[in-house]
Amino acid sequence: MKFKTFAAFVGPSIFMMLLFIAAPLVSVFIQSFQETITIQEQVEVETCTPGFVTQTCTTEIKTVPVLDENGKTITETRWVGLQSYQNVLQMDKLWEAVGAGSWNDIMQIDFWRALRFTLTYTLLTLPLVLGVGLAIAITVNNATRSIRGPIIFVSLLPFIITPVIGALSIYWLFVGDGILTALLERWTGNNISMFAQGWTVELLMYLYKVWSSAPFAFVIFYAGLQTVNMDTLESAVIDGASRWERLRHVIIPHLMPLIVFIALIHLMDTYREFEAIVGFRSQAHVISLQWLTYDFMTPDDAGNRAISRASASAMLTMIGIVFLLIWPLRRTWRDHKGSAH
Amino acid sequence: MSTSKAMQQSFALRFSSGAFLAFWCLLAAFPIFWIAIMSFKSPVDAFAASPWDVITGPATRGNGDGLSVLDIVVGLAVLYFAIRWAFTRLPGLVRQYCPPGMIALGWIFGAVIYGVAFVLVFFGLLPLILGGVNGLLGPLGTPVLGLTTEHYVAVWAENEFYRNFLNSMLVTAGVVTVSLTVGTLAGYGLARSGSDLAFWLLILALIFRALPHSVLVAGYLPVFINSSEILRPIFGEGAPTLYGQPWAVIAVLVAINQPFTIWMLRSFFQNIPAELDEAARVDGCSHFQAFRRVIMPVMWPGVITTGLFSFLLGYNDFLVTSLLLDAQNQTMVPAIAGYFNRETTTTDQVEAVAAAVSITAPLFLLVMVFQRQIVSGLTAGAVKG
Repeated sequence: MKFKTFAAFVGPSIFMMLLFIAAPLVSVFIQSFQETITIQEQVEVETCTPGFVTQTCTTEIKTVPVLDENGKTITETRWVGLQSYQNVLQMDKLWEAVGAGSWNDIMQIDFWRALRFTLTYTLLTLPLVLGVGLAIAITVNNATRSIRGPIIFVSLLPFIITPVIGALSIYWLFVGDGILTALLERWTGNNISMFAQGWTVELLMYLYKVWSSAPFAFVIFYAGLQTVNMDTLESAVIDGASRWERLRHVIIPHLMPLIVFIALIHLMDTYREFEAIVGFRSQAHVISLQWLTYDFMTPDDAGNRAISRASASAMLTMIGIVFLLIWPLRRTWRDHKGSAH
Repeated sequence: MSTSKAMQQSFALRFSSGAFLAFWCLLAAFPIFWIAIMSFKSPVDAFAASPWDVITGPATRGNGDGLSVLDIVVGLAVLYFAIRWAFTRLPGLVRQYCPPGMIALGWIFGAVIYGVAFVLVFFGLLPLILGGVNGLLGPLGTPVLGLTTEHYVAVWAENEFYRNFLNSMLVTAGVVTVSLTVGTLAGYGLARSGSDLAFWLLILALIFRALPHSVLVAGYLPVFINSSEILRPIFGEGAPTLYGQPWAVIAVLVAINQPFTIWMLRSFFQNIPAELDEAARVDGCSHFQAFRRVIMPVMWPGVITTGLFSFLLGYNDFLVTSLLLDAQNQTMVPAIAGYFNRETTTTDQVEAVAAAVSITAPLFLLVMVFQRQIVSGLTAGAVKG
């Protein structure tokens, strides 16, 4: 294919990605070093209210935004260097807390709180998703052919469903006197409120993630199991390998590229968790990095958005995903090179 | 295929794996199933502590809303025939009345008409007829199972959820159409070019796939809000403000979706032998004609599968739509967050549940109809490499 034809085919897609992915990335990078502020001036305002005999007048000095001739506020964009990063990271507070050796003080800072949750959430659920996915795939593969269709249908539901709704549907089972809380209370005899303390909320969120991501791992593993070489498996049986040994030495090595693939996708998707925070309304207890950026971008009570802080936290989020993806990408690269030789 | 004796499973193993599967299916379906039940009950029943009360709904029945034995029997029968006809009669009718070459459009059209007809009969005509008959039947006609649709009426009619639904449809239709048009071209180009450039473009797309969406939205937001000032030198006074515009959101979602789309379509295109377009080229077609006349007709399964995933992305998105759309243009998923703020009474809460179930229902149908495509789509990239 000539370069010109290739460009004509691929051009529109590349154009869209450059315009809507690469360009915002550059602009976020620049924004994170800038701050836009409204220019304000101090004016003396005299307010008079009708009194009994004479008017009561008070003069006070107020800070008001400067308006241009169209009545719009004048803003100024300044280069602030690493100031926004400092505002997000709050290094001085962090060192103080580290110096005092207080974990709680560190968790008072939004960014570190979000980072802690995002990392544990991503890394703890990864082995669970892989394990549960593999277990379902193997049992479905062992099941009678006729029931596989319905099982795949039911299994796909948590994965396909809108993530916020998925999180909400679990939230409603536990909120207040939700049906499962009532069940737990009857079982333990204690009064339980799942959303009053951090660790139970976090536990439910882990459950939600495994619930919603395991089906993806299951489908991929299930497809991989269909390609397992039956001859190898049978010769393993003849050599006296138990079921467990067959799984350990034949099936899992065969599925290894898929395990890396699922790990890659899981890291990408779980690291940018956001919907679970919205669904479980867990802002008071745990927040994720993506939620932090979202929070900076939502207008506050005065209608201002903290764009430069959002940009800084977005850049920091991005640096994190680069670190997380190094391992699986290096492995994929080695496999790619290995297969080329 | 008979399995050799050594490969056969012991009873204990079969039993435990069966039990595990049953447990997983229960776990997978239960939350969705349960909120669907809750959405049809009065608030007292929906949040009752006893599961049996949630299912039977005594308080709902006490309010005079419920199903009699006759309702249940007739309703199930109608449901059964509706599903059977969807799989037997409908395909025939679509094939009969659809002009050749428009089969995909014909299916969409047929499915929409069928769906609307079903809703009209099941929720409009049936209650009307059964309401009359129930009064005459005595004990057989008295309600035994509490059930009310008042929350759905409240959500869709009073809270004007249909506006959000239409916005959702607009956004998803836009995302699917643009994603596929741009994506098929790119996927074909990448699959047929063995150059290093193509390889690096795919790697770049993979990196773009990993970016958290908040990073991108942080970039769009200031530009979109100030877009009329930025675009004024080009478009003059009529320069649009992109913030709050559905089509701007469509463009953003398409861009976010592109890396995934081109990866998936590329793997589908690679399965189509290159001899096919080479033959077309020998017959005098240009590259583009070969793509349009020869390759696209055999690519439909891949396009439908990729379209499904684009649909899911547009339909399920919360972050982008909630930040870039204003209140009037809100789609369904961010709109449900509005219920949280209003959620002061249990009635509001059950309405939120009903709204959530409304959002889920189309997805449920989607999985039912396209399960095979979804599975093949998921595995296309992974297993074939």
